[in-house]
Amino acid sequence: MSAGTFGPYGGRYVPETLIPALDELAAAWAEARADGAFRAELEELGRKYAGRPTPLTLAERFAPGMRLYLKREDLLHTGAHKLNNALGQAVLARRLGKRRIVAETGAGQHGVATATVCARFGLECVVYMGAEDMRRQQPNVERMRLLGAEVRPVELGTRTLKEATSEAIRDWIANVETTHYLIGSCVGPSPYPELVRELQSVIGREAREQVLAAEGRLPDAVVACVGGGSNAIGIFAGFLADEGVALVGVEAAGAASLGSGRTAILHGARSSVLADEDGQVVDAHSISAGLDYPGVGPEHAWLRDSGRARYVSATDEEALAAFRRLAETEGIIPALEPAHALARARELEAELVVVCLSGRGDKDLAEALRALRT
Amino acid sequence: MTRKALVVYLMSGPETPELAEAAVAGGADVLELGFPFSDPLADGPVVRRAAERALARGMRTRACLECLAQVRERVGGETPLVPMTYAALLEAYGWERFAADARAAGATSLIVADLPAGERPELRRVQLVAPTSTDERIALAARETDGWLYLVTLAGTTGPRAELSAALPALAARARRLGPGIPLYAGFGISTPEQARAAAELVDGVVVGSQALLVAEEGAEALLAFVRSLRAALDA
Repeated sequence: MSAGTFGPYGGRYVPETLIPALDELAAAWAEARADGAFRAELEELGRKYAGRPTPLTLAERFAPGMRLYLKREDLLHTGAHKLNNALGQAVLARRLGKRRIVAETGAGQHGVATATVCARFGLECVVYMGAEDMRRQQPNVERMRLLGAEVRPVELGTRTLKEATSEAIRDWIANVETTHYLIGSCVGPSPYPELVRELQSVIGREAREQVLAAEGRLPDAVVACVGGGSNAIGIFAGFLADEGVALVGVEAAGAASLGSGRTAILHGARSSVLADEDGQVVDAHSISAGLDYPGVGPEHAWLRDSGRARYVSATDEEALAAFRRLAETEGIIPALEPAHALARARELEAELVVVCLSGRGDKDLAEALRALRT
Repeated sequence: MTRKALVVYLMSGPETPELAEAAVAGGADVLELGFPFSDPLADGPVVRRAAERALARGMRTRACLECLAQVRERVGGETPLVPMTYAALLEAYGWERFAADARAAGATSLIVADLPAGERPELRRVQLVAPTSTDERIALAARETDGWLYLVTLAGTTGPRAELSAALPALAARARRLGPGIPLYAGFGISTPEQARAAAELVDGVVVGSQALLVAEEGAEALLAFVRSLRAALDA
C-alpha cells in the first residue's frame, strides 16, 4: 500500500503538473497539524467566527419512541458543515503563500463557504458550478457573488458537480503556482481525503462529547448523508474507535456510488464510482445537488469493505417526506442532503441515534416546494 | 542535423485508419492514438469534444484496441503507435492485460496522462514531465520512461495557444541535464508549423494533438496537407 491510500482506495491519479503541488500541500499540512499556533487559530476561528460548538438537539416529535439527536451543522455560519473545511484550507493556503482559490460546488454550500473565507482572508475566489446546479441553487449563486467570488458556469456533460470538479482541477493545473484548490469533500488525490476528514472531524469530536453529556452513554448509531461524504466522514471520525456505535451512511438512490458503484478512478483517486465496465463514469441523479455525484471519498469505500460502516440509500421522495416532516415537527428546515439521512434514521433498530444535520434548507425551498407540489 | 520527430495525435474512431495513413504519408514519425475517457483532466476543449464524440460512437476500450490493430495494418510495421489514455481505462480492463493486448494490436508503447512517474513502474510507458516538475521528478521520469520523454510545455491542459510556451526552454534544459541521451519530445500548445519549428530548436521532436484533431474533421486530405506543412517546417 502506498502513502495516501485507504486499503486499495485513494492514490494520486493526476497529471504530473500537479504532483509537486500535492507534495507541497501534504508537507504544509503535516507541518500545520503539528503546529499549536495553527490549531489554536482554527479553534478560535471556529468559536468566534463560525459559531462552534454547534448544538446537539433532541428531536422528540420527529422521532417519537427514539432518542434521536441532531448535530446542528445547519446552525454553523453559512448554513452548512462546509465552512469547517473551507476555514482550515484557507488558513493552509495562506501558509502556502497562495493568494488565489479555486473550488467546485454542487449545492452551492461549499461555494458559499469558500467565497466566505476568501472574503474573510482577502483571497481571490473562483467557483466552478454546473449550469444545471446554478439553476437549482440560485440563492447560493447570488450569495457567492455578493461575497465577491466569481462563479463560472460549467456547460459540459450533465452540467453538475462532476463536471464542475473536473473544471476546477483543470483551472488548478493551469494556475498551480499561484492557486490553491479548495476541494469541498473528502475526495480527490491524496492528501485531500485525509485533510478534509481531519478538518471535518470537529463534528464528531463535539457530537461524541455532547451525547455523552446528555445521555451518559454513546449512541447506538450515527447517521449521515453521503455524496462525496465529508459531513459523514467528519462525524464518523469521532466514533470510529467506539466499536459498539453503528455508522450508517445514506446515499441518494440515484447516486449510490457505494451501494451500486464499482472500483474505478475519478478525480484523482481510486474509489467506488458509478462507472460502466469500461471504467467510463456514468451520470448520477438526485434531487439534492449536493449528493448528485457519481464518486465518493475513498475512505468510505474502505469503511464499507471493512464492515465498520454500512451504507444504505433513500429516494428523492423519501428525502422530501423527511424534509417536510422535520419542518412540521421540529421547526427546522433541513437541506435536502441530510433529509436523506433523516429518512433512514427513523427506521433504525436503535434507541439512541445521532444524525448529522449537515445543512439548512433555505437554498432548497424553491426546488423542494416544486417537487412536493407535483 | 538529425531529423526532428513529428508525433501526431488522433482520436480512435471509424475514420482513424484512413487518417493515420494520411498522417504518415504527410511525414508523421509517431502516431498517438487517443482511447477516450469520460473525465479527462489533462485535456482542453478540443480533445474533450473528440473524446465525447468517440464515446458516443461506441469507442470503448475493445473498439479502440480493434481500431489500433486496423491502424497498424494500414500504416505497416514501421511507424511507432502509442495509445494515449487515462488510468481509469486500465483499471477497468486490467493493467497488465491492457498493456499486453495493446502490444498485440500493434502498440509500441503507451501514455497514461494521469499516472505520474513513480506509480506502477512495471508498466512500460512514455513518461511526462512539466514545468512544475522538480529536478528529482524529472530524473525519475527520465529513468522510467520508454524511449522518449514527453515534455508538457506549459502548466495547463491540451489545446492550441497563440504562442509557444515560454516555460519550454528552461524545461528542455533541465531535462537534457537530468536525462542525458534521452530523446525529448515537446507537446501541449503546439499547433502551427512556426511553433513546431521553434520548439524543435530546443528538443528532438514535437507532438501536435488538438490542431491535428481539428484539421482531421475536414478529412484525410486536409490532414495530409497539414502534417506535410509541419514536416516541412521541421525539416527547413
